[in-house]
Amino acid sequence: MNSPQAKIDIDSYEAGFLLGLYECMVQIREFEEGVKFLFLEGTMPGTIHQCQGQEACAVGVCTALEPTDWITSTFRGHGHALAKGLSVDEMLFELFGAATGCAGGKGGSMHMVNMDKGMIPSIAIVAGGVPVAAGMALAFKMQQTGQVAACFFGDGAIAEGAFHEGVNMAAIWDVPVVFICENNQYGASTHVSKVMRAATIAERLSSYGIDGRRIDGNDVIAVYEAARRAVDDCRAGRGPAFLELMTYRRTGHSRRDACHYQPKPEREQWLENDPIVRLGQALIEAGHATTEELDAVRKHILTSFDDAVERAKAQPQPTLADLTTHVLA
Amino acid sequence: MTTTTTPKKVTIAEALRGAIAEEMERDPRVFCLGEDIAVPGGWGGAFTVTLGLEERFPDRMINTPIAELGFFGVGVGAALMGMRPIVDVQYGDFLFLAMDQIVNNAAKMCYMSGGQCKVPLVMRAPVGATGRGSQHAQNLERYFIGVPGLKVVAVSTAYDARGILKAAVRDDNPVLIFEHKLLYGSKGARAESGAIDASSEIPEEDYVLPLDQAAIRRHGDDVTIVGWLLTAHLAQQAADRLAVDGVQAEVIDARSLSPIDFATICASVEKTGRLVIVEEGPKTGGVGAEIAAGVTERLGDRARASIRRVASADIPVPFTPVLENAYVPDVPRIMAAALDMVKG
Repeated sequence: MNSPQAKIDIDSYEAGFLLGLYECMVQIREFEEGVKFLFLEGTMPGTIHQCQGQEACAVGVCTALEPTDWITSTFRGHGHALAKGLSVDEMLFELFGAATGCAGGKGGSMHMVNMDKGMIPSIAIVAGGVPVAAGMALAFKMQQTGQVAACFFGDGAIAEGAFHEGVNMAAIWDVPVVFICENNQYGASTHVSKVMRAATIAERLSSYGIDGRRIDGNDVIAVYEAARRAVDDCRAGRGPAFLELMTYRRTGHSRRDACHYQPKPEREQWLENDPIVRLGQALIEAGHATTEELDAVRKHILTSFDDAVERAKAQPQPTLADLTTHVLA
Repeated sequence: MTTTTTPKKVTIAEALRGAIAEEMERDPRVFCLGEDIAVPGGWGGAFTVTLGLEERFPDRMINTPIAELGFFGVGVGAALMGMRPIVDVQYGDFLFLAMDQIVNNAAKMCYMSGGQCKVPLVMRAPVGATGRGSQHAQNLERYFIGVPGLKVVAVSTAYDARGILKAAVRDDNPVLIFEHKLLYGSKGARAESGAIDASSEIPEEDYVLPLDQAAIRRHGDDVTIVGWLLTAHLAQQAADRLAVDGVQAEVIDARSLSPIDFATICASVEKTGRLVIVEEGPKTGGVGAEIAAGVTERLGDRARASIRRVASADIPVPFTPVLENAYVPDVPRIMAAALDMVKG
C-alpha cells in the first residue's frame, strides 16, 4: 500500500464532489465522537462499536453506489449507514431506543436499517452478511434489475465459514456483489497476522476466482475509484468483485476498550494517516477550500449534531404495546 | 369457473413436487435453492422431491455447493430483495450448519427492523430415524419451535403437503417445513424400507391450508393422542387397535408446531380428559414438553388425568435396527399409555 501520508490525487474531480466526500467523512467522525461521549456520559443506552479512522472506506464505497443499490453492514455500521444516506436523526433516535428511530427502537446500534435507502439491518454476527449479500445479488441477477450489493465486513470475518461459503457462491454464480473488507487489522483484540498465514486477504480471494485488490483505505479517492470500477464491473455482469481496504481502528473494539494491545508507534503512525486530514490538505493545496472553510464544515456538523441530540432526548420511547409487534410480517 | 377433475392419488414427494412447480408457474419470484436439486440425470434432491423440475425451470432451480450456512444465507438475502426462495437440506440434521442464518437472520429481520423487512423464505427439511445412524436421523423440530419469527410446520399426508407448501410460499414470513423420510413415498433408488403410505387423493385445483392449525384425524371421547409426522400415523394405528378394546381415541395431527394449535388440542382434552403426546425424539426438551405445559396452563384442573408423553429415550439415534426400533415410539407403547390412563 501507499505510505501513510501519501498525497491524495484529486486532480480529475470537481470541488463540489470532493467537498461532499469531505463533509460526509466529517459527519461520520463527529457522529461517532458525539455518540462516544453520550455513551460514556451514560445518556445513551446500549453498546457501541465505532469506526473513527475508517471513514474513507464507507464514504468512498457508498459514493460509488446508486441510491437503488444496497449495502450490508456489520456491528460497526454507523459509518456505512450515514454514507448510504441514513439521517443523523433516525440513527440517533434509534441509539436512544426511541419509537421514532430507524428500527423503532428494536434494532439499536448494531442493526441500523432503512429499506427505502438501500440498507438492510446491519448483521452483527461476524461474516453473517456475506452470504446474505450474495443472495441479494442473486435476486438482482435473476430479476435483471441492474442493481449491485455492496457487502462490508472486517478482517475478522475472513476466518468464518460463512465468509468462504458466501464468497464462493457469489463467484460460481457471477452475481453483482462487491465484497469490501475493511482491514483495520484487529478482530476485537487479535491482530490479523495471528489468524492467517497469507500476506494479504486479497490473495486469499484469488483462490475463488475473484480478482482481489488491496487499496489504501484511508485515501477516499483511491477507495472511490476502486469501488467505482468494482461496481461498474458488477453492473456489466462481470461480478463479483473484492476490495481489501487497508485502514486502522483508532477507537476501541467496543465501549470502553482502551486498545492496550495496539503498539504505540503503530497507533501514532496511523493517527498521522487520517483520512479526513489527508483529503482536507489536498483540498487546501488545490485551492478548493481554506482551512477556515473546512473548520466551518465541521462546526456546522457539530451544531447540527447537538441539535439532533436534544431532539433524540425528547423522542417518545416505544410502549409495552410495541413489545410483541413485528415478530411476524 | 373452475372445472372439477377426478382426484388423483399421489405421494408426499409427488405432492410437494407438484406444489412447487405450480407455485413457480404462478409466481416468477419463486425459485429453489439446494444441494443436488438441479442436476440432469440426478436425484431431485435427497428424496426426489424436485425431480425433473430443472427441465421445466432451468433458471430457477439453483444447485448449490455443499454449504448449508452459505445457501441459507443466500436464501435470506434473496427473500429480503423480494424473491420467494424455497431452500432445502438433504437431511434435517444439516440445519445445525445453517442455524445462524435461520435464527439470527431469517427469524429476526422483521422484528429488529421495526417491521420494515420481511423474509418470505420457505425451508424444507427431512427428518426421522431410518437406518442411518445418529447424524442422518434426528427430529429437529424441538430446536426451532421456540424461535420467535419462525413458523414451523410438519406434514404427514400428501394432501397437507401440497396445501401447506403452497401456503408457506405465499406467506411473508420464514416457514420451516419438516417432512419425514418414511412418509415421502420416494421411489426407485431413493425408496425407504419401512416406509408408511402417506399418499392422498388430491384435487388438481389450487388450495392452501392454514399454517397454524392442527388436524383431527379421528374422533373419540376417551383419550386424546397427539402426534405429527410419523407419530401422527402411529397414533392412528394405535387408535384403530384401541377401538377393538372399546377405547375411542381422538387423534390429532399437531401439524403446526409453531405456533402450536392449543385451541384444537385443548378442546379435545377438555372432552376426553386425557392426553398422550407421541414424539419421535428424546423426551427431554421436546415439542411434547411444550404441548404438555401449554395444555396444563390452559386447562388446569379440567384435565382429569395426568398427561403422558410417549417419546424416544434421551439418547442419540442408534443405528442397529433392534435399537433404532426401540428408539422410535411404536404402536404398543402408545396403546399402553392410553390404556393406562383410561383404566387407571
